[in-house]
Amino acid sequence: MEPGLYHLLFISTALFFIGVFGFLTRRNLITMLMSIELILNSVCLNFVAFNKYVWPGELDGVFFTVFIIAIAAAEAAVAIAIIINLYRSHRSIDVEVAGELKG
Amino acid sequence: MNAMPATIYIILIPLLPLLGFLIFGLFGKKYFKTSSGLVSIILISLSFLLALYTAYTYFFILGRTDGVYQAIKPIQLTWLSFTQALSIDMGILLDPISVMMLLVVTGVSLMVHIFSLSYMKGEERFPIYYAFLGLFTFSMLGLVLSSNIFQIYMFWELVGVSSFLLIGYYYDRPSAVAAAKKAFIVTRFADLGFLIGILVLSYHAQTLDFQTLIQRLATPGTVQFSSAVGSGFLGISALTWGLSLVFMGGAGKSAMMPLHIWLPDAMEGPTPVSALIHAATMVVAGVFLVARLFPVYSISAPIVLRMIAFIGVFTSLFAAIIACTQTDIKRVLAYSTMSQIGFMMFALGVSGYSGEDGLGYAASQFHLFTHALFKALLFLGAGVVIHYVHSNEMKDMGGLRKQLPVTHITFLIACLAISGIPPFAGFFSKEEILMAAHEHEPLVYWLAILTSGLTAFYMFRLYFGIFWSKPFRNEHAHGHEGTFPLLAPLVILSIGAVGAGFIPFGHFVSADGRILEMPLHVGFSVLPVSVGVAGILIAFWLYQTKNDRPDRIASAWKGLYRSAYHKFYFDELYMAVTKGILFPLVGKPAAWFDRNIVDGAVNASASLTQGVSDRIKGMQSGRVQPYAVYFLIGVLLLSFFLLYIWIR
Repeated sequence: MEPGLYHLLFISTALFFIGVFGFLTRRNLITMLMSIELILNSVCLNFVAFNKYVWPGELDGVFFTVFIIAIAAAEAAVAIAIIINLYRSHRSIDVEVAGELKG
Repeated sequence: MNAMPATIYIILIPLLPLLGFLIFGLFGKKYFKTSSGLVSIILISLSFLLALYTAYTYFFILGRTDGVYQAIKPIQLTWLSFTQALSIDMGILLDPISVMMLLVVTGVSLMVHIFSLSYMKGEERFPIYYAFLGLFTFSMLGLVLSSNIFQIYMFWELVGVSSFLLIGYYYDRPSAVAAAKKAFIVTRFADLGFLIGILVLSYHAQTLDFQTLIQRLATPGTVQFSSAVGSGFLGISALTWGLSLVFMGGAGKSAMMPLHIWLPDAMEGPTPVSALIHAATMVVAGVFLVARLFPVYSISAPIVLRMIAFIGVFTSLFAAIIACTQTDIKRVLAYSTMSQIGFMMFALGVSGYSGEDGLGYAASQFHLFTHALFKALLFLGAGVVIHYVHSNEMKDMGGLRKQLPVTHITFLIACLAISGIPPFAGFFSKEEILMAAHEHEPLVYWLAILTSGLTAFYMFRLYFGIFWSKPFRNEHAHGHEGTFPLLAPLVILSIGAVGAGFIPFGHFVSADGRILEMPLHVGFSVLPVSVGVAGILIAFWLYQTKNDRPDRIASAWKGLYRSAYHKFYFDELYMAVTKGILFPLVGKPAAWFDRNIVDGAVNASASLTQGVSDRIKGMQSGRVQPYAVYFLIGVLLLSFFLLYIWIR
């Protein structure tokens, strides 16, 4: 069976909720960052799938995906920098430790 | 009305005392601990010189056109403009009465400043005292120069505040604090009437400016006049109501019955303050106000003027009777002030507007002028006496003529002046007032004759009680009479009290601005003068030497004496009304409403907020993942909502 739009949407939705689940349950900041990347990738997959099956003549969805990848890279750099600093000060990257920063 | 930029310096007259107030109020304690008195005197003497120059320029050069004194407005600024037609302005209005008041206020203020230099020496809050004096002088000058009725109201309240501050100057004495509050509350209550009166008058006249207002409301036939007369309340026209309410404000400041209760208590302030505020300047503000709006009173509401005449003469007689029984010398002087202001008020009340009829008006202003001089002199003299014996009570005095020769002579001059003995100043002005009363209201005239006899009696009771009566014995008294600053104002003012009567006052101040010859008939003067002399002789017989005649008379007329000694129970009456009616019927319900309804609503909203925040403050945990859950729930709800709308 030829894979169609619905298969792709199913995969992206699954990816999204896996990401959300990971973000909410994991305590390790690196894992949480990875979960966010999963969510971003599910969105990218949606863009590409709709672009291919609904408006095949256009390139908007593809360009959006490229933007998202670029921004995700930048975001990952910032997030990792924050995590490294947290580790330096607290010797841990547990998200509960970051709760001490409130106030 | 011609604008003249050359007279702009007039604004300096009130501003110089204000400058003194600002400097001593801000820096007095640090930098002017002892020099504030001298600096103040310099500022106020500059004001006085400028006022003299203004008076000269106005009366002899600029003021008169075709034999009539015109009102001049050197400065007129629009301050708050609400619409094209309605704005509150700040301006200066020069006319005969305001120029005369300029001289009186700056002159008496200068004397009081000099006197205080010695009298208040060594006081802890010496610079603050001079700052308050400066504030008062500024406000009073602003009041007399005001060009519109709203401006006069602002300065009117400022005068009230500075009077409050100065009465309460000895704030560690409970009686002074109570007196200050009493003065403020009573005059403030009267000012409520004044404010309503201003609103009524300016609503109908559609202006706040004095000249326009007078011109519109004193000319029968204008649209504004018919609107003010046409509309009414309780069968009395709006114009009459407005003018009566404005007079209520004036009666409060000028201590007319029944709003007089604050004035005797105001004597708790330092004596020079009593001389300045509660004798010569502020208390005549009511007279000034009625004189300012006199054309409207006279032409449009003669009934109000009649009421003023009777209130004036009754206050005058009433205060004179009380003054005969008081033993605190400042209180005797306070009641005599009330009595003399009553004279000025009823003189306005019996006056007509133009020509010979306007005698009462001119006489009233003349009496205001001479009274300021001799009453300030009396108070300052009393200040020297109090300074010397350290007591206000007459029983601690007596036989002081040897110890205080200068005070003795000047006090005697002032007593003769207030009793209306020729050729002292009071004789001339009182004579004109009596003549005006004689022509218009015989009843007022006879009451006034009785009052002037009583005046002579109680003033000489005071004089003999202080300076004769018994040989002086007092271990607290110190060696000499006083220093130069204490005595110089007495001498200067006594020259005024002797000579001021010879000024042809009607040439300068009259109701319609024309020259008024003030007649003096010898035949007419016989009765008032002989009544005055009789009063003096009775006082001589009773008080010149210590004897038991006063006590015998007092016990013979026990009822009258007791009630006069207790000021005819006015204070008790006020207390009964406030404690018996006002507090339980108005105060208590209002307090209950405030405590339960108003405070209850505020407290309820506060506890509601607290309760809600107690419940939800656990959400603010500072942990990322619960936040993400809330975010997720929010997004999901929002998406379901949008989907629902979209599908529907």
